[in-house]
Amino acid sequence: MRQTRPALLLIAPSIIFMAALFLWPLIAGVTQAFHGPDGPTTQYVRRMADDPYFWEALRNTALLIVVLIPLQFALAIVMALLMRERPRFAGLHFYIWVVPLAISDLAAGLVWLSIFTDRGYLNSVLDGLGIPTYSWLSFEHPQTMFLAVVVAELWRATSLVFVIVIAGLQGVPRDYDEAASVFGATYWQRVRHVILPQLRPSLQVALILRTILALEAFAVAQALTGRNFPLLVGETYQWYYQLQNPNVATAIALVVLALSIVAAVGYLRLMRP
Amino acid sequence: MTDIRLNRRALLSLGAGVAAAPLLGACGGVSTSGADGGKGSVTLMSNQFSPVEEKQRFEKILQQRITAEKVAFNQVETGVFASTLQTQVDAGKVQVSAVGALHGDLAQHAERLIDLDDVLAGLGDRGFAKELTDLAKLGGTTTKYIPWMQASYVLAVNKKALQWLPSGADVQKLTYDQLLAWATAGAKANGGKPIFGIPAGVKGLYHRFFQGFLLPSFTGGQITTFRSAEAVTAWEYMVQLWAQTARGSTNYDNLQDPLQRGEVLIGFDHVARLVGAPADKPDDWIMVPAPSGPKGLGYMLVLAGIGIPKGAPETDKAKDVLKALTTPEVQLDVLRQNAFFPVTNAPIPTDLPGAVALAAAAIKAQREAPNAILSLPPVGLGARDGEVGQIFKNCFKEICLDGKPVRQVLDAQATELNKILDELKIPCWQPDPAGANCRAA
Repeated sequence: MRQTRPALLLIAPSIIFMAALFLWPLIAGVTQAFHGPDGPTTQYVRRMADDPYFWEALRNTALLIVVLIPLQFALAIVMALLMRERPRFAGLHFYIWVVPLAISDLAAGLVWLSIFTDRGYLNSVLDGLGIPTYSWLSFEHPQTMFLAVVVAELWRATSLVFVIVIAGLQGVPRDYDEAASVFGATYWQRVRHVILPQLRPSLQVALILRTILALEAFAVAQALTGRNFPLLVGETYQWYYQLQNPNVATAIALVVLALSIVAAVGYLRLMRP
Repeated sequence: MTDIRLNRRALLSLGAGVAAAPLLGACGGVSTSGADGGKGSVTLMSNQFSPVEEKQRFEKILQQRITAEKVAFNQVETGVFASTLQTQVDAGKVQVSAVGALHGDLAQHAERLIDLDDVLAGLGDRGFAKELTDLAKLGGTTTKYIPWMQASYVLAVNKKALQWLPSGADVQKLTYDQLLAWATAGAKANGGKPIFGIPAGVKGLYHRFFQGFLLPSFTGGQITTFRSAEAVTAWEYMVQLWAQTARGSTNYDNLQDPLQRGEVLIGFDHVARLVGAPADKPDDWIMVPAPSGPKGLGYMLVLAGIGIPKGAPETDKAKDVLKALTTPEVQLDVLRQNAFFPVTNAPIPTDLPGAVALAAAAIKAQREAPNAILSLPPVGLGARDGEVGQIFKNCFKEICLDGKPVRQVLDAQATELNKILDELKIPCWQPDPAGANCRAA
């Protein structure tokens, strides 16, 4: 008992911090989404569900996560394994690969817009080669629109996973790997049975982080496609700023929150050793 | 130990206090008068001319043309405009002498503005059109603001496109059917690439095309006729027109850029978002009134006016400023520099920048057309304006882009529209009759 008071005092700042910056906004958010001028209401949620953009945004966000995250992890792991072989100019490669981390998502979106837009670099190159050009970002071509967003997000956000995996790899003792190789394990067998299992904690962290960040993705798609490829967070922005209806915006934000919680809990359970 | 901790805590709280001081200090008196002219000057608060170049040009006009009074022009966002006017008048501490905004922005503050019948009576020689001075009554019997400037939406046409104009069609008096035939012929001759464009990008004003042009021309109304049989015809027409419209339109926030690049040859947009297209080569362009439909030539009038809040300082000087702003010199300066059009009978000079002269003629022809149907941007919606605009954008998306049945979409969107309007309980605005509560029938 005597230990309780100092302990409480020690964690008090973080409790206050969490309450002020997480719990309070959460309560305020739920209130805003479910409380109208005449008391509790579901009208904002119904408004959200009736909006033609909402379901499309939900579908696009889910699709983006399903396609993007496996690709990103495969790429990041390959990149990290390459770095582990200590190639020449390893430091330089590392810096080049993490450059996207330092670039704001909107800027990244604009860079890719200059590539994919009707009169952008990609079409200029195609035209130069005598290949007919293509409206990559037109709403009539949802496949290439989606592809462009995936490519841009892949470029922008893979480095985050890469950095986490690299950090994780540095914590993996080389002894196991060398022992496995002494016993004649092939490179693939060592990756599969020695390195990856030991990377599990870092992969878990990266997976949760990336999924939550992917749920929040918006600026890149906004820059590339406007509202032709709506995403959930883009819709909250739309409702809050353009349509000036904070209630519906909060309702959508709560959907994002719920999805984030489900994803995080799901990963933690799924990857439990 | 305790002492040190207390000291540290005291230090921390001191630090927090120091950090909070400027924040709290800023709350004290929000200086909305970013341009405070000092005592005796007239502060004009407005949500117009938000691009900084436009603001600076207008300030220069004020400086040069209004010498009797010192006018401080205070440009604010629309939300700030409404809240400042409301709080200052309701609190009885008014700091701005005059407020200038669009008709729809002023409408909700009719009670907070003084009557200006005496000022208007003294401006008989300005030749305000009757529809403008009627609007300036804001639904009451007395004048609440003095018309300041106006704008509208027109078609900009690259003369290259005229070769495909259907025979028998007068480009100055198009019908919607002729526009469709023209766009179709143009696309065909252009190797299947459409030549007509609308501003359907994220920041585009394409909802105004439906609210103020297409629907009034086909149905005679904007809100009440939202799901009428005529509205179904209008949207079915829109599906056909969209089939002949440049696909890039969903990325156009304005039409002047794609017109200038040559991506499209005919474009509909707000004049301020069109004048850049002919800027270099005005001889290659014409601007023409919007087309007519079965009910007439529906057009949207964007009217800005200036009123004086109740309890405002320097009321007499503010009235003089209002008079000065309607002189031909100031009206034409605003036209020349900021492409907003005179509300008076000021003769349009011949030496205007090419694009502005083109637009001025089109706007005049549009307003004076015998079959014109005046419609307004929504009045009294306040913060819900965006949502109501979005209803029309949703109709476009679902009907034209997603290919859903017109009737079904209109019924669903009318339900949403009525939900918003039932909460607001406001009278309709033109062209709908000003009934008790505005809603889609």
